[in-house]
Amino acid sequence: MSNWKRICPLDDIPRLGARVVQRPSGGDIALFRNAEDEVFALHDKCAHKGGPLSQGIVHGRKVTCPLHGWNFNLQDGQALAPDVGSCASFEVKVEGGEVWLVA
Amino acid sequence: MKKMKLVLVGNGMAGVRTVEELLKLAPDLYDITVFGAEPHGNYNRILLSPVLAGEMTLPEIMLNDLDWYRDNGITLHAGRQVTRIDRVRRKVIAEAADGSVTEADYDRLLLATGSTPFIPPIPGNELPGVLGYRDIADTEAMIEAAARYRHAVVIGAGLLGLEAANGLMLRGMDVTVVHIGDWIMERQLDRAAADMLQASLEARGMKFLLARQTEALLPARNAQGGMRGEDGAERVGAVRFKDGMEIPADLVVVAAGIRPNFALAESAGLYCGSGRVRGIHVSDTLQTVTDPRIYAVGECVAHRGIAYGLVAPLFEQGKVCANHLANFGIGRYEGSVTSTKLKVTGIDVFSAGDFGGGPGTEEIVLHDKQGGVYKRVVLKDDRIVGSVLYGDTADGSWYFQLMKDRQSVAEIRDHLMFGQNKLGDAGHKGENRAASMPDTAEVCGCNGVCKGTIVKAIKEQGLFTLDEVKKHTKAASSCGSCTGLVEQILASTVGGAYQAVSATDKPVCACTEHSHKVVREAIFKLHLTSKEAVFEALNWRTPNGCDKCRPAVNYYLISSWPHEARDDPQSRFINERAHANIQKDGTYSVVPRMWGGLTTPSELRAIADAAEKYQVPTVKVTGGQRIDLLGIKKEDLPYIWADLNAAGMVSGHAYGKSIRTVKTCVGAEHCRFGTQLAMDMGVKLEKMLFDMYAPHKVKLAVSGCPRNCAEAGIKDVGVIGVDSGYELYVGGNGGIKTEVAQYLCKVTTDEEVMEYSGAFLQLYREEGWYLERTVHWLARVGLDYVKARVVEDGDNRRRLHARLLDALKDARDPWETSREAPAVKQFIPIKVEA
Repeated sequence: MSNWKRICPLDDIPRLGARVVQRPSGGDIALFRNAEDEVFALHDKCAHKGGPLSQGIVHGRKVTCPLHGWNFNLQDGQALAPDVGSCASFEVKVEGGEVWLVA
Repeated sequence: MKKMKLVLVGNGMAGVRTVEELLKLAPDLYDITVFGAEPHGNYNRILLSPVLAGEMTLPEIMLNDLDWYRDNGITLHAGRQVTRIDRVRRKVIAEAADGSVTEADYDRLLLATGSTPFIPPIPGNELPGVLGYRDIADTEAMIEAAARYRHAVVIGAGLLGLEAANGLMLRGMDVTVVHIGDWIMERQLDRAAADMLQASLEARGMKFLLARQTEALLPARNAQGGMRGEDGAERVGAVRFKDGMEIPADLVVVAAGIRPNFALAESAGLYCGSGRVRGIHVSDTLQTVTDPRIYAVGECVAHRGIAYGLVAPLFEQGKVCANHLANFGIGRYEGSVTSTKLKVTGIDVFSAGDFGGGPGTEEIVLHDKQGGVYKRVVLKDDRIVGSVLYGDTADGSWYFQLMKDRQSVAEIRDHLMFGQNKLGDAGHKGENRAASMPDTAEVCGCNGVCKGTIVKAIKEQGLFTLDEVKKHTKAASSCGSCTGLVEQILASTVGGAYQAVSATDKPVCACTEHSHKVVREAIFKLHLTSKEAVFEALNWRTPNGCDKCRPAVNYYLISSWPHEARDDPQSRFINERAHANIQKDGTYSVVPRMWGGLTTPSELRAIADAAEKYQVPTVKVTGGQRIDLLGIKKEDLPYIWADLNAAGMVSGHAYGKSIRTVKTCVGAEHCRFGTQLAMDMGVKLEKMLFDMYAPHKVKLAVSGCPRNCAEAGIKDVGVIGVDSGYELYVGGNGGIKTEVAQYLCKVTTDEEVMEYSGAFLQLYREEGWYLERTVHWLARVGLDYVKARVVEDGDNRRRLHARLLDALKDARDPWETSREAPAVKQFIPIKVEA
């Protein structure tokens, strides 16, 4: 079964930036796009103090939380050393210039 | 492609560090083989003293365990001593204890054979129980002896000798330190500091015999009260001096200096010098002067006539050597300035440079005998050339840095001895002495990191630099006010291995080896106008930088090439992207600009209306004379801005590395004491500087008289009206560390206030490093430099001012532009249905 949802055109997400996806429940999702046009989706809530990761600086396949500078791997949502923790990640894909998300 | 073969002889700190640096630069260039005479991985030799003292264990001081070699595909031959180098066939030949022979071919050979303790040629030096102090085996033998025997004699009261003596004493032995010199540690300390150190060690139970020459080490049977070794072998039993005196000794540790290990190199025909300077001779690229395929680093090396015995220079050598091994060919090793720190828990001693004095030098001494504090700083031509500190070593790294950077101290001479951090530090109760702090004391108040946590991380993770400590513990990684304390903890934990990195050379971040200085200059000289061009021209290690370097590079681009380099919003911190301040719950605060702190009833009405319309939970007056609306949702920002814009208000930039506020008093407009129109001056300055970005935030104040109600003394630029004009002050700071602004000059007219302060800020904008406040920039370049450019050179001042005005000529309200497409998109969330 497929619960892929079409979210937005890829170009609606800035390169090395993010957009916030609001769900009716379960909290916001941060949708990231990196320099290589790869797209990632994480729960928009830092494992540390709940900061909005969507507002962080995106670099490589990483994002830095704007509140206290924790870094997360965009692929699996794991915090990078020395910090320990993780954020939920979601399945995401780009097809025909459109971003799709399972959430 | 077939890899080249690199063979490392010597599995110690210098060699392995070089390999680590090489792996960072070129992980796939070489097949690497390492030979080590000791049967271990690479361990932290400088922490053998804490092991001896029972403060640490051997597993804790391993830097690279066997897994590390395997994970990096390195072949390790531990316990095999290389006996021969065949330079013609490019091969090394090693033997193990069982006589088996191992050979390895090389394309490049790295020699890091270290040094051996110098054992003076005195009778009895071969007896069991006579040891050097160099490696794990020596340390274990000492620990074993301490458990069985009573009397220990340490020959040599240098750094290593005293650490050995301290360790043996803590293990219960009766320890006498014998020294040929008139005072202890004479190569590191002057007599006054040495006497204080000696008294403190004597109070702990250590005995000293100074100005004594050892004649012979006597076997136990010839010594009164001596003991035989357990296996019946003759063991040392006493030490006899030239004056005939004899003292019992069941263990003799000889710490009379080290000799570089160059026999292997010399037998291979590599030039190892003669006379006083012996060691494998290398050039500034760490290649042996004889054979360019062969490199050498560490204590076995003689570079420009100097053989180093401390670990910090070896690391510097390793870095340069790795760069050349990686075929990058950048960087030269030009020698090191070293500092020393004794690793005896609870005793703080620091020395650096040439403290002996001599022609042309002068000295400043602070000596509190009762309080146990001694500080001596030696100056030559207004520059520090050496320092000795005892008791309070808090400022050791500061003096060391001033010395390394060859910075003039003429301006700060009057308070040099009182140190850098004596006034105004916040966040750790004004604590400045790391050694006296208990392990449970909080060092970093931002991230809640205790001293014990930092010490543990330094020891267990093998950290050597401030950046490594920041990375592993987060201490000093937020506001930075505890940096000095963390440096001290680092220095007292790793001792001589600690080397304060000069801010001038410090890399911007882990993405690059280049410093802010180099990056700034390259952007200007190479006319680089995009971050991609910068990353390419300067060989960035990461494809698009990180959260540290990208904002810095973006700032350098737009400040160097205004109107030409395009601002990159994604390289800015969220506050500068959203033109509002992010709060802990992800909402934002909005601060409308009130020029000079002035407002009107209609503006206040519009603010009140907006606060109600958007249900702003908190309305607060800021320290900069503005009104802050807190708790606004990001998606509401464009709407509230539209309302405020409609009432004639614009962004207050309360969120940026930019002009923040010009605070004013009521001035001569109303005040009965006022001499100048402070409000009018403040409004003019604020309008001139609107939308000005800078390396860090910039705050101004204008007071109408010397009562200074606008607090101009703690602002980046403070203007104080006097009857005959204005006094200008620069480099004040009311934040993490309270800094009083310094007097720049006096001017007469309002136009001059604008020109001088504009020129000062433009110079800061052009030459400051990102996240450097004016006070730190001034400390780095010196007030004299700024005066020369801004006050004394009128043409230059006018050019600076003109460049500032040009950069700001098209400034637009960022709230207004953010409400336009496509910028507005970032504020609009995408909604999905259930």
